[in-house]
Amino acid sequence: MNYSLLVHEPPEGFAARTDPELQKAYWEGTMRYLQALREAGIFRGGAGLQAPSSATTVRYRDDKLQVQDGPYADTKDQLGGFFIIEVPNLDVALEWAGRFPRRPGVVVEVRPNLPQD
Amino acid sequence: MPATGETIARIARESTRRLVAFLAARSGDLAASEDALADAFAVALETWPLEGLPARPEAWLLTVARRRLIDGHRHGEVREEAAPALRWLAENALAEAAESETFPDERLKLMFVCAHPAIDPAARTPLMLQAVLGLDAATIAEAFLVKPAAMGQRLSRAKAKIRDAAIPFEVPASMRLPERLDAVLQAIYAAYGLSRDEVAGADPGRRELSLAAFELAGLLHRLLPEEPEAAGLLALMMHCEARRPGRQDAEGNYLPLSEQDPSRWSREGIWQADRLLARAAEARRLGRFQLEAAIQSCHSRRAHGGETDWAAITTFYEALCRQTRAAGAWVARAAALAQWRGVEEGLRALDELPLPVVADYQAYWALRAHLLRQRDPEAAAEAYRQAMHLCRDAAMREFLHRRLAELP
Repeated sequence: MNYSLLVHEPPEGFAARTDPELQKAYWEGTMRYLQALREAGIFRGGAGLQAPSSATTVRYRDDKLQVQDGPYADTKDQLGGFFIIEVPNLDVALEWAGRFPRRPGVVVEVRPNLPQD
Repeated sequence: MPATGETIARIARESTRRLVAFLAARSGDLAASEDALADAFAVALETWPLEGLPARPEAWLLTVARRRLIDGHRHGEVREEAAPALRWLAENALAEAAESETFPDERLKLMFVCAHPAIDPAARTPLMLQAVLGLDAATIAEAFLVKPAAMGQRLSRAKAKIRDAAIPFEVPASMRLPERLDAVLQAIYAAYGLSRDEVAGADPGRRELSLAAFELAGLLHRLLPEEPEAAGLLALMMHCEARRPGRQDAEGNYLPLSEQDPSRWSREGIWQADRLLARAAEARRLGRFQLEAAIQSCHSRRAHGGETDWAAITTFYEALCRQTRAAGAWVARAAALAQWRGVEEGLRALDELPLPVVADYQAYWALRAHLLRQRDPEAAAEAYRQAMHLCRDAAMREFLHRRLAELP
């Protein structure tokens, strides 16, 4: 069964990516995690996302396509990236979510994917 | 053998929950398993009276239910998220089990699923009562003071989550067992807690709930005999159940523990509870339920003509406060302290509790009222009114009302 691990980050998390003092630890942690998923043979896809300031939303309002600057949710924490893993059940997925590098304010949401066929 | 409706009803009563647990553990879909089994019983009601009772009724029912589950998949009635179910059908484990003499009891796995951290905490106890014991949603709704429709929704949401998120039907690995077991114990205790000594439990709905919780605790202990906390929970309930006959006077009025006549308690029940607790303590893994049972054991000692050892009870409550940090334990400690060291000490202990934590807690106000009776009747009356306002149990409210009327 495939699960998405959606990594939500606070503004400090996004800031750490480019902070000369913090970025090394930030990226090494994430890469080590990705490596662990690959070595376990359960990694099925995913992506790190650029900062929410780079987001654009598209929606229909009164039948008119509306394009707008900014992310969908106007919240402090934002989606920073996601992993898709294939594991037997929720407990294993939660186990892997719990192994994501610990950073202040990071929350990993575990969602089962719909089957693909 | 002729198969009457009564025979079928008996089999339904004795086997339904084990059959459901067995099907659910293999299909991963609790709701569909319940539906499939209900269908199987409907077929049994039609065919058994004509064709006679099958040699192994449970195996027969499993075979029919399994076919229903497969048909459900084929017709797309069961949504495609039920991938684990399909996996199981491929493995054919059920056919194998249907052929063997007995089928394994999977109710322990079902309990762990019901109290899984991924399940809404408010749904865990109701789900366990319904899935493991078969209590109907209306009865559960009544005990939890919610509308039946709302309870039905809460239950079906939880079942959908089990299926969609593929919560595994497993007894957690030993590393995770203590915390996961604690969730199971808490869910059972929550059902029982609605009818403990502090609450009269005179409402019939509550009584049914407490018996159901008692049954769950017994089942859990039988399935996990080596877990001292499971034994502790059962011992705690056994003490309360043993004292139940003394909990009401001849008119059915609630009597607090201190006014109960110990000769009406079941000495045999108390003896069994103590024996179970002593065995649990041998494991040397003391937890909150063994502590609670030890406290109840101190109270039950009066059955043998002994005095209540309030110093010991206070000590147990202090240990409990460190373990749970729950308001109930702090209030109970204050009550024990008042018995041991006097009203002043008890009141001081109550005053030390942060009001936001205890303001909505009935037992806090009831104790406060009790301790203030002689010293400050006016303040006591106010506390009684506060307690009655928060009280959900009719007999208990009546008791508080009587106490209020008797104030000097």
